[in-house]
Amino acid sequence: MLKLEARPEASRFWRIGSPLLALALTVLIGVGIFALMGKDPLKGLAVFFWEPIKSAYALSELAIKATPLLLIALGLSVCYRANVWNIGAEGQFVLGAIAGGGVALLADGGSPRVIVFAVLAAGVLGGMLWAGIVALLRDRFNANEILVSLMLVYVAELVLAYLVYGPWKDPQGYNFPQTRMFDAVTQIPRLLKGSRINVGVLIALFGALGMWLYMFRTFGGFQLQVGGLAPAAARYAGFSSRRALWSALLISGGMAGLAGAIEVAGPIGQLTPHVPVGYGFAAIIVAFVGRLHPLGCVFAAILLSMFYIGGELAQSRLGMPKALTGVFQGLLLFTLLACDTLIGYRIRRTGRA
Amino acid sequence: MTAPRLEVRHVTKRYPSVVANSDVSLSVAPGEIHAVLGENGAGKSTLMKIIYGAVKPDQGEVLVDGQPSRIRNPQEARALGISMVFQHFSLFETVTVAENIWLGLDRSHSLESVRERTAQKAREYGLDLEPDRPVHSLSVGERQRVEIVRALLTEPKLLILDEPTSVLTPQAVHKLFVTLRQLAATGCSILYISHKLDEIRELCSQCTVMRGGKVTGSVDPRRESNASLSRLMIGAEPPQHAPHTSSAGEVALAVRSLSLPTPDPFGVALHDISFELRVGEIVGIAGVSGNGQQELLAVLSGEQPRAPAGSVSLFGRDMSGRGPRLRRREGLHFVPEERLGRGAVPGMTLASNTLLTRARHIVGKPPLGWVAPRATAALAADIIARFQVKAGGPQAEAKSLSGGNLQKFIVGREIGAAPKVLIVAQPTWGVDVGAAAQIRGELLALRDAGCAMLVVSEELDELFEICDRLHVIAKGRLSPSIATRDASVERIGEWMSGLWSEAAPC
Repeated sequence: MLKLEARPEASRFWRIGSPLLALALTVLIGVGIFALMGKDPLKGLAVFFWEPIKSAYALSELAIKATPLLLIALGLSVCYRANVWNIGAEGQFVLGAIAGGGVALLADGGSPRVIVFAVLAAGVLGGMLWAGIVALLRDRFNANEILVSLMLVYVAELVLAYLVYGPWKDPQGYNFPQTRMFDAVTQIPRLLKGSRINVGVLIALFGALGMWLYMFRTFGGFQLQVGGLAPAAARYAGFSSRRALWSALLISGGMAGLAGAIEVAGPIGQLTPHVPVGYGFAAIIVAFVGRLHPLGCVFAAILLSMFYIGGELAQSRLGMPKALTGVFQGLLLFTLLACDTLIGYRIRRTGRA
Repeated sequence: MTAPRLEVRHVTKRYPSVVANSDVSLSVAPGEIHAVLGENGAGKSTLMKIIYGAVKPDQGEVLVDGQPSRIRNPQEARALGISMVFQHFSLFETVTVAENIWLGLDRSHSLESVRERTAQKAREYGLDLEPDRPVHSLSVGERQRVEIVRALLTEPKLLILDEPTSVLTPQAVHKLFVTLRQLAATGCSILYISHKLDEIRELCSQCTVMRGGKVTGSVDPRRESNASLSRLMIGAEPPQHAPHTSSAGEVALAVRSLSLPTPDPFGVALHDISFELRVGEIVGIAGVSGNGQQELLAVLSGEQPRAPAGSVSLFGRDMSGRGPRLRRREGLHFVPEERLGRGAVPGMTLASNTLLTRARHIVGKPPLGWVAPRATAALAADIIARFQVKAGGPQAEAKSLSGGNLQKFIVGREIGAAPKVLIVAQPTWGVDVGAAAQIRGELLALRDAGCAMLVVSEELDELFEICDRLHVIAKGRLSPSIATRDASVERIGEWMSGLWSEAAPC
């Protein structure tokens, strides 16, 4: 018989090993799913884990999808470390896209190139505004931030829909619900000719570095984490819990908003009802698989980006439903939560038959 | 000759980093009150867990009533009539006292009957306990009473008590001893774990002394002196403190007619509390836990800034609405009762934990507030070295330290800030004799250096040892102060029940 036994102290090995084991289990279950659906498991795995990295073009697509995931997950990591459960990053992402897109729509051919900065800044502010509503309601009325942030996702999507079906609809767009394409001057600068990859990926990587510095090298980041780990210690030290709440939500909202602006002013180039594709939710998984650590988030963002691409390829190449992306994301989170047990416990074989 | 109620034979238990028990043997006769004496980390708790079935030994065996015991878990231990009161409580905070006890019993009892029996047992043993109060509103001392009553309800044949008296008044300790002797007279054996030499000599007829996981002596404590017992326990005699002679200076901390209602229905409201704390003196506040200590301390530390204006002042400046950081800037530091989770963040390193109260000098200017890891590590290493904290170094997590060592670290952190006013709650709760003596020595040295100090403790011995004046807190009111040399344990004990005349000498 197997028995779980509490470890005297948390295992450092399994803190890193758990996400890897979870990934292995996810792959294993994935193989089972492919086999059950009558597909060649090897082909299925190749679609998820080889196709996305096999060429320069594939890698650039991988980076494009990893960029918003990483940006959002970085903000969420700070939030979760502060014990503030913002699960509405999707809505903050949408608001960032709307605000950034709104600025981009103001530009024409004669606008200066620096308007890109205005687009990005508007995105950050948009995301902060949406997260600020959550902070305000929690601070003022003690409303549960999980519910409020989640419900604001749907409000954000409706705001987006209202704009693209209504006032911002492209007059020459054959009545499609979309804005006109943004002027080229608002386009996020591309890194390489002939590839869609843009400076957003650099912003995200610098964001990871910045977030690491903030969390582990500044007093503000320290206060935030103390508030999350031990509220009584934060009170004892005199750290303001209100300040922690506001900074956590504004940081994560701002990061999600930035991701939204980069997305619309980069790969998409206009606002449509299909801007939100679940990055805000997938980033929750990225944050946890990445151990709420910026470096871990980088790897996890790449992994989840593979799932996105793999899901699309599985649809086009193997004729499998696109929902497979969500299945893989869910499996990863599910197995991760299970594997995390190993951090605090070890498995012992007991003598009884 | 009848078989011993409990016999432990050559038990060894190794943990990855330490041998907790090495070839430990002891034997307890029916009806015997047997003490296990040792410092924190001597292996007492591990031994108890082995007896109680919570931990399996690597070698050796445990015999109950002469039969090799096959206790695999605490339920089986209880079925054999072994009951234990742990030092660290295992209570569910969200439900009531009676429901907690009910959860630990088998299903055949109704909650109603458990409520009645709880109240009755509590009365029988002189333990003040309301069965319907939710546990989260109880103080440490009250929670321990729940654990004791819970153990007594199982009508045990062997009762294990881990440091049970630290939160009782002297009168209640006396009552408990009467009960324990009664219980022993009915044939129930008692294993009494403690580091209080006086209590062991008063209560127990046999004593096993442990040090570093090994048995260093098996003696009749009634024939030993405190000095000889403590030599067995720590290998040395605790240092004696010279009597204090210098007189107190200007008023450092003043509390004036502080009254504060409590939002929690089971909290304690503070009534008209006034006292002064002067430079160069240690004032003690005695009292049974749950009489307003938590509330008063939160007001003094600034964690509770709702106190009426003018009620708390530091060197003549009103501090009542200020938070802990501003008070620290004025020189007021505080050591709270709870070490893990309040005095220190369990999952953070000692280096990071210095930032809780010492950030002002090692963190860069805002808005950046740069934290230099070298500076925090150096400060932590400094505290570790100066206060002989046993820890893996500045990068050890706070939760990896034993209670006594973490307390030394926290006290050291606050003393190292060179406070003008230091407030300490339970300076040596659960700390072994050697470390306790060291902490008290440091507090006295700080007092002599001109610090004004307030010590809130439930251990009267400790207050009598280090304080110049004493107050007693009972039901949210504060007694007048009395010079320690004029006070007696009996008088303070009476005051702890709330009985003092307002005209007592100040």
